[in-house]
Amino acid sequence: MSTETTTPAPAGVIHDIGYQRYAGARLGRRYVAGSLYVHGLRTAFGFGRSAKAKIFPWLIVAIVAVVAAGLAAVRSQIGEVVLTYAQFADAMSWLVIFFVAVVAPELVSRDLRSGVLPLYFSRPLHRADYVLAKLAALITAVWLLLGGPQLLMFAGAAFTTDKGMGGVWDEVLDLLPGLAYAAIWAVVFASIGLLVASLTGKRAFAAGGVVAVFLMTTPIVGVLMVMPSTTVNRLAGLASPSSLVQGVGVWLFEEWLVTDTPTGIGVGRFGPVYGAAALLLIVACVGLLLARYRKVASA
Amino acid sequence: MTLIATQSLTKTYGGRVTALSDLTLSVEPGIVGLVGANGAGKSTFIKILLGLLAPTSGQARVLDLDPVTDAEAVRARVGYMPEHDCLPPDLSAAEFVTHLGRMSGLPKTVARERASEALRHVGLYEERYRQIGGYSTGMKQRVKLAQALVHDPDLLLLDEPTNGLDPAGRDAMLALIQRIGAEFGISVVVCSHLLGEVERICDALVAIDGGRLLRSDHISAMTTATDVLAVEVSEGTEELAARLAELGLPVRRDGRMLLVPLADEQTYDRILRAVAELDLPLHRLDQRRHRVAELFAPRETVSVN
Repeated sequence: MSTETTTPAPAGVIHDIGYQRYAGARLGRRYVAGSLYVHGLRTAFGFGRSAKAKIFPWLIVAIVAVVAAGLAAVRSQIGEVVLTYAQFADAMSWLVIFFVAVVAPELVSRDLRSGVLPLYFSRPLHRADYVLAKLAALITAVWLLLGGPQLLMFAGAAFTTDKGMGGVWDEVLDLLPGLAYAAIWAVVFASIGLLVASLTGKRAFAAGGVVAVFLMTTPIVGVLMVMPSTTVNRLAGLASPSSLVQGVGVWLFEEWLVTDTPTGIGVGRFGPVYGAAALLLIVACVGLLLARYRKVASA
Repeated sequence: MTLIATQSLTKTYGGRVTALSDLTLSVEPGIVGLVGANGAGKSTFIKILLGLLAPTSGQARVLDLDPVTDAEAVRARVGYMPEHDCLPPDLSAAEFVTHLGRMSGLPKTVARERASEALRHVGLYEERYRQIGGYSTGMKQRVKLAQALVHDPDLLLLDEPTNGLDPAGRDAMLALIQRIGAEFGISVVVCSHLLGEVERICDALVAIDGGRLLRSDHISAMTTATDVLAVEVSEGTEELAARLAELGLPVRRDGRMLLVPLADEQTYDRILRAVAELDLPLHRLDQRRHRVAELFAPRETVSVN
């Protein structure tokens, strides 16, 4: 009927080596939360995902990198500082809004949408750890987005400086406030973005919501800015997250942020108010996020 | 060791809707069927066992641990397969199961190895590198089972594992669950509203209805008590019923069929002899399937014996 075969057993049996129990290590809370953080950071830039998921994050990365490279080139050729490190972060803020609007839904809305949360929460992962790992991933992603190009600018400046090590050290002193300012942007924007995105499982809605929160509040600032009272003008920046962060920046890093032209907003003696408002906003967002996830997917 | 034990477990939602009421049971390791109609409280029961929901009153113990105070320890040793869709469409099964393995605390390389193993055991080979979004329902159910298995749990909680599967898929899934229970040495709780399929693979059965315990017992104890022969003749059903009653067999009408409790092997002969003596055209005589379904019917058949 059929020709003789040399393999006596059917192929399926060869593969079946039976089930093996696992007696090895089961790592604890820190490892699990850390893994989720790394996974989130990879997700933010589309690693381990389809090519489609990589397009948008890397488009934004490309834009900021090109801008930074351009600035570095101008600096090395003409010797003119067009934007300081801190001002660079400021100038890129609208790109940060779009980055957060795309990445925050990727991190949390997708999990809500696909119903994967019961799988997470039926494992030894704390709900708070889930939220904090995702938040940390988004903060890191935004900070890398703003800080990476600053390093590029730094490299350009450090290699072309004609003042030797002293010049490099001056650059470092300029760079550090820039990186710190980028961190403030990252923390504020990530907290708000993640909170908005966690409210819906639909990514398009989440992205729209994030953009709306950041952009819709800007006109309020504009209106308050032209009010006749100086105090109102000075406090106007509190009304929008972007101007709030700029206010904090002006308060903490005025030397680096405000050069010749009065670009941002004058905060006068209200600097600490901006600082407190930013802190309060972050705490409120994280608190609401934790509250949001205390109930979700358990019933 | 007791697998699951509950003591007057009660869960009410918002003080009005009662999902579980005064549930007291104790289950030994093995494959346990948890049966009940939709809304009987099966999913609530599972979520309490996982520590995802806190009981309103009473207490539960899983693997000798309290899921309320020791939720983390319970979850580390339990695998859960939810009823609903829970898979991200744009990841491959291999990546997804690896990720969840790490979420259970498996080191990176171990997670990858065990994910491949788990996917192989549920019958996914090369497909595991494709995106889950392109999978059939049957393949998705297998991925859901694999993620529950990846961290080598001591207990699997499967919520409606055969949902949405065609008959062949159901059989394959049930065979797989039976293998997990028998060969892998992992205890399994299978939730289902379909008695017929669960009773085939289970060692013990817990039946709940409206949040109350109907019965909890070994499957053998239940089936012997409820074995029934169905007799159908083309004509003369009344005559046959009368004759069987004369012979001392407790007969019950069920549509066009007569149901006779199967006391021993002789019951067959006595019925056949009665049919032959009356010279009736016998349509069928078989042992009734879905025997445990009688649990949900009025208790008559059980009390007959």
